[in-house]
This record gives sequence, structure tokens and C-alpha cells, in this order.
Amino acid sequence: MDDVSIEVSVNGRPRRAAVPARLTLADFLRERCQLTGTHLGCEHGVCGACTVLLDGEAVRACLMFAVQADGAEVTTIEGIAAPDGELSAVQAAFREHHGLQCGFCTPGFVISMTAFLRDHSNPTDEQIRDALSGNLCRCTGYQGILAAVHAAAGAGTRNEVVS
Amino acid sequence: MKPAPFEYHAPSSAAEVVKLLEELGDGAKVVAGGQSLLPMLALRLAYFDHLVDLRHVEELRGIEQRSTADHGDSLWIGGATTQAVIGRSDVVSALAPLLSRATPLIGHFQIRNRGTIGGSLAHAEASAEYPAVALTLDAAIETLSPRGQRTIPATEFFTGIWDTALEPDELLTGVQFPVWGGVNGADASGSRCGFAVEEFARRPGDFAIAGATVAVQVSGRGQVTRCGIGLFGLGPTPLRAAAAEAAVTGGSALGDANQAAEIGAAAMEELDSVPADLHGSAGYRKRVGAAMVAKAWRRAIGEATGTGGPDGAGNDGAASEGAGHG
Repeated sequence: MDDVSIEVSVNGRPRRAAVPARLTLADFLRERCQLTGTHLGCEHGVCGACTVLLDGEAVRACLMFAVQADGAEVTTIEGIAAPDGELSAVQAAFREHHGLQCGFCTPGFVISMTAFLRDHSNPTDEQIRDALSGNLCRCTGYQGILAAVHAAAGAGTRNEVVS
Repeated sequence: MKPAPFEYHAPSSAAEVVKLLEELGDGAKVVAGGQSLLPMLALRLAYFDHLVDLRHVEELRGIEQRSTADHGDSLWIGGATTQAVIGRSDVVSALAPLLSRATPLIGHFQIRNRGTIGGSLAHAEASAEYPAVALTLDAAIETLSPRGQRTIPATEFFTGIWDTALEPDELLTGVQFPVWGGVNGADASGSRCGFAVEEFARRPGDFAIAGATVAVQVSGRGQVTRCGIGLFGLGPTPLRAAAAEAAVTGGSALGDANQAAEIGAAAMEELDSVPADLHGSAGYRKRVGAAMVAKAWRRAIGEATGTGGPDGAGNDGAASEGAGHG
């Protein structure tokens, strides 16, 4: 099986590579681009730790092959903060509200919520909980995560159920 | 790398896809969104020598209202159209609201950004939402193969566990949903429709333990003139509760207080191979299924008769927390 040549824009930087077709986008980012912020939990689409933005949309990087991202723009957790290191609103809210414990799941949560809050400027509590359902936290630190997302959305604290 | 090695193909037309499938034979598989196929490859439940990707086949994407003299109005959705696009479409919510309402129940939004309607139907998971919706609305599935195009009624499409009427060299190109008369308020004859989907899953985004879709058309005189009841998670394939449908069609839309529960019970009587696993016995699934049919029936009838909107129906006290989540 011949390798396939691809070019992917990763966090604004073009990356060219020849990859086996069966290499997932997640493995491409971690092993070829050395961007190990994209974490691999289950590798079959359940846990959400590997979530990245593909042309702006949140997707599971373990559920697509790198060859399928040829020509696309990918944003990983390394591309979320400003170039000077200033945290994004979502990242800052996660820090402020203890939205991470061990941190393994955090890149996936931050990416998912970055896309969700871009598309939902004033989400309800129910919408936030639904949007969070695609990412798992094994520390079960969900209350802090929920509070962080409410704060990032400007929707109050976790004790205020917005409807 | 977890999947077995394969050769990757990314043709740019449906005709090229079919030609590749013909040349490559049984060792080739079509990949669209890959949200069901990639887990199967990663777990090595399946492996193929060739994957034929639809990502460059633009003709397989799109949502259109169509009108023909033979079949009336229909909604056409290209096979490679993502669930996210369908979920956001005003055309879909106007012409096939059941499809719109079922979409948030599929996986999570990250999955729906990649997953496609053609993939959902061709994968034919028995507990998935779109196959049941296609059955319930009397959809037709369009395909292309070296022998040409054909149209397969959804009622003849799902043939077994993860198995369909598609031949190995046949590509699912699109789906036609007939537009039910009265879908947007009363039509010329005074008919109105109601649509509802209900499912129970252990966690949002999980496959449903049992679920039901109901589409109902009610005449201006309050008679049920058309009815589709779909069941998912309750057999080797998605199913239609044909006997329960026949029992209610022609009768009064607003029956006695037990009407919904009786329809739910009747729909379960037809089942003969309900799955059982660690999430629930067959008997439990039938109890959940009956409750889901009853709940969906109440909502659909409420919408069709103006006695309650799609979101206005009460809780019937049965297992219900899976409803409305993604």
C-alpha cells in the first residue's frame, strides 16, 4: 500500500506529508506534527478527547483518516490561545472555574465548546449540557466544566439555570 | 494505527465511484462520514482492501424540494449530506419535520458534523434514528450501480442486521421523502399532520434501548387517514408496526384515554425477535418500546389535531429521559 501525499493547514501552518491511508488524523497530528495536545482516549469516537476543528467544525480526529483532511484547515488545542499565549475565553473560564482536574479530557472539551459557543451566542443550560454530552471526563469534574462553559457564554454560574 | 491497511480512493463523481466498486469487487467499501465505519475498522470488526471516499463527489450533497406529476412533492437529500446540514435545514423542517426532530438524537454534534444520511441508511443499524424515519415516512432510496439507477422503497431496503438491499457495487446516491399532505397546517382537503420521535437511551448520544417514530395524517373530520409507526432498537432491523397502523387508520384521531397505550401495546405484539443484552432484556425493551410509541403517538396526534404542539405533550410517566437529547 503506497503512502498518500497530503497537505493540511494545521493551526495556520501548512504541513505536507506522505502518510499511510490508515493513519488517523489524530495520529497524524500527534506523531507527524508533534502536536500532542490532541489526546487519544478511546480511539473509536466515544470519549471526545481527540476533538479538533476541521474547517471550523468540531470533529473526532480519531474518526477520520489524515488523507481525508487533505486540503482542509485543522485547528488543534495548540491553536486556540492567541499567538502571545493569552488564553481564549473558553480556556480562561476553564482555569477560573476549575474546569479541569487531570487535564486529559480538557483539549477535547475546550475545542468542542469553542465551536459550540461560536454557534450559540446565548445558550440555555439544557443546550450547554447537551453540547457537553459528547465529551467524557473520567475525573467526573463536570460541575466545574459546566460552570466554565456558563461563564464563557456569559450565561451566569452553574447555579443559575438559564432557560 | 489500528485499522488494517487499505488502498485509498477519492473519485469525484458517482459514476467513478461505481466503476471503482465494480473493478475492486468485494474488497472495496464506500466511506462517507465514516462515523460508524471507522470504529468498526479501528476495532477490526471489519477490514477492506480498498476504501472509496465520497468527499469529492459534490453531486451526492444537497437538499432539494422536487415535484413530479407521478409522485407529487418530495424532498430529495443527497446521500453524502451530513446530519448537521440536515439538522440546520429550514427546507427539511418544513417538508419532513420528523427528520429534523430525529437529527439531534444522533450521536453528538461532533459526530453529526461528519455523519451522513446515506451512511446512516447504508449502515442500517437497527437502533439508529434515520432508518426508522425513512421507513415511517415511506421514503425511497436512490442508488447507482453498473446496471444503472434504481429506486428502492425504504420498506424493502433493510434486510437484516447491518444488511440492506444494496449490492456490493451499488452506491446509495440519495433519499426521496414524500411530502405528506397537511405537513404545514391544513392542506386543501383540511388534512393536517403530526410527527414525533421518542427514544430512551442510557446516556445522551447512546444508541437507543428502544425508540419509536410516529407520522400521522388527520382529516378535517378528525379521522386518521394515514399513519406510519416506526420502531428502532426492537429487532434485527428498523421496523414498521404495520398491524398497529392498520388498526388506527380510518378510526378517530382522538380516541379514549387508553388509546395511546393500546397502540403502544399493539405495536409490541408484532415483534418476534427483540434483542436482549446487558442493557436490557427483550421484555424490558418491549415495555420501553410500548411507552415510546404511546408518547410519540400522543405528541403526533396533538400536533395533527391542534390539541398540543410537538413540544406540548405531557409526560406519560414512562421512561422518558432519553427524549430531546443528543
